[in-house]
Amino acid sequence: MTLSTPGTPSPELVVRFGFWPMLRDVVHQPAALAGLAIVSFFTVLALIAPLIEPYTIHEATCAVFEPPSWQHWFGCDDGGIDVFSLVLRGGRISMIVGATATLIAIGIGATVGVLSGYFGGWLDVVLMRVTDYFLVIPQIVLMIVIAAVWGPSLSHVIVVIGVLMWTSTARLIRAQVKSLRERVYVKRVEALGASHLHIIVRHIIPQVGPLLVANTVLAITVAIFNETALAFLGLSDPTAITWGTIMEHAFDRAAVSSGAWWAIVPAGVAVAVLIMGCYMLGRSIEDGLNPRLKVSYLSLHGWKLRPLVGRGPDAV
Amino acid sequence: MQGSGYVWKRVGFAVVTVFVALTLNFVLFRVLPGGPVSQISRVPNASPALKQALIAQFGLDKPLWEQYLLYLGQTLHGNLGVSYMNRQPVFDNLIEAFANTIPMVALGTILALVIGIAAGVVSAVRRGSAIDHLSTNIAVLFYAFPTQFLGMMLLIAFAGILPAAGMNDPFAIGGSRWDAFLDMLKHMILPVTTLALTLYAENALIVRSAMLETLGEDYILTAKAKGVPRGRLIRAHALRNAMLPIVTMVAMSLGAIVTGSILIEVIFSWPGIGRALYTAVLKRDYPMLQGGFLAITVVVITFNLFADLIYHKLDPRIAT
Repeated sequence: MTLSTPGTPSPELVVRFGFWPMLRDVVHQPAALAGLAIVSFFTVLALIAPLIEPYTIHEATCAVFEPPSWQHWFGCDDGGIDVFSLVLRGGRISMIVGATATLIAIGIGATVGVLSGYFGGWLDVVLMRVTDYFLVIPQIVLMIVIAAVWGPSLSHVIVVIGVLMWTSTARLIRAQVKSLRERVYVKRVEALGASHLHIIVRHIIPQVGPLLVANTVLAITVAIFNETALAFLGLSDPTAITWGTIMEHAFDRAAVSSGAWWAIVPAGVAVAVLIMGCYMLGRSIEDGLNPRLKVSYLSLHGWKLRPLVGRGPDAV
Repeated sequence: MQGSGYVWKRVGFAVVTVFVALTLNFVLFRVLPGGPVSQISRVPNASPALKQALIAQFGLDKPLWEQYLLYLGQTLHGNLGVSYMNRQPVFDNLIEAFANTIPMVALGTILALVIGIAAGVVSAVRRGSAIDHLSTNIAVLFYAFPTQFLGMMLLIAFAGILPAAGMNDPFAIGGSRWDAFLDMLKHMILPVTTLALTLYAENALIVRSAMLETLGEDYILTAKAKGVPRGRLIRAHALRNAMLPIVTMVAMSLGAIVTGSILIEVIFSWPGIGRALYTAVLKRDYPMLQGGFLAITVVVITFNLFADLIYHKLDPRIAT
């Protein structure tokens, strides 16, 4: 255990905590509001999809690759199925896949980060080593290999994405917990004889909570990206309708050479808009939480917080 | 002294990571129940002699730990088994695929870097202006598009104008080498553009933040005060100091480059490593899949190591 002088808050991270300040910050940023609006819009649309979809997705309702018209807003795909209804339905499963995979990833990442940052010592060394290995190994390739060996299925895709996406969360949470651990009040609670479990549950987790929320929102974008990529490579359940499989199906059935852009564009744009919404929302929360992170570099595709200082285990 | 310690530490880390990947590969393909356990010898239509040779080389009739040692030995000697599809050694297939991938990916990445740095610098220098807003919003937009979507849109938009599939025109036989080269360049336009567009956005946003950060430093004010010309101020004082995050950025975008190139190679039928991986998945060609995973991982780890070493060279204070 390092003996830092208690009483000096760690200078490198000035973080405003708590959900209310977070919410206040969010409400004051136009980007955050726009992001929130987009995410809510998609969520509502996914919830009421079966009620508002104009046509059934199980049988042909128009001609093959019929272009968009007033009857069929987004045209029809190769089987004469209404693309608008397909995209509505696809959003449901895509968002469920994204959210579930993200929850798995955040769960693992938060656990590893808290354990590593709180207890330090050999546990920290071991966990961070493992994290480092997984950070370097190209995730999408490993996902492809595992999904291929395991067999194409929606639940496999969820688990594969979730299990391989946790590394950056672990890194971020560890850095936070490490600095929290040195705070005066944590030291005092410890001196008063509180158990580790008590300190973690009552004092550490509430403090990293808002950061975890920001992370979850950002991670969903990566999970949805990965789902579309895996689906495009034919590793998702071929019968499930997601934005990824809609695009894969259209590509497979020569929508490109038929010039039937309407079979591809709605799903692609839906992914892009949802991802932009999550990105704006997540980044605004993060900015509100931590002024220092405003100058940090958020990568969407890799979804990593770029270190501001240093590399390796001491990177902040 | 400390510097060389850092270098060895990073090299050691890279070596151990390769070892982890090797082990992961073994566990995934041989140990997990229900997986294609030891199918390495089940090459379709293979001669009995080839089968026997594979069984002997990889010790498929021996206990797992012995198989593991044999597998490590064979892999280190470049023997990755035999592809189910063309019955060629996986190693040879991979070399050919990488040779096709490298020009496309290298060009795309360099283009993405050049555009990204240019856009980022212009945005940062004209912070808050219309150009800044436009450039940043376009970048975020490209950021959010899935690679395969962008690729398919370009395919539809340029159908008939630019070659859409493969690396060269199969009917253009008899031309000079120069013609063949031009033909390949023409085939590269669409895949390279797609890759550059998907990658540049991230670069532009990162360069913008890094530049904004350095432009706020005191030494920039000093330089301005002593009358350094604007161009020199931006290039020599600000951009040079913003190089550190840019190096990190390249290293960290390796994963995105790999993902992007796999999807792009599938869309444009580019006969590279990504497409090889894709066909291996489709045809359940497990030896190729294993080999492809290993090869890509080793390449990514190597480039990561380079980035670490360059980083250290640029900023010797980093010695973790």
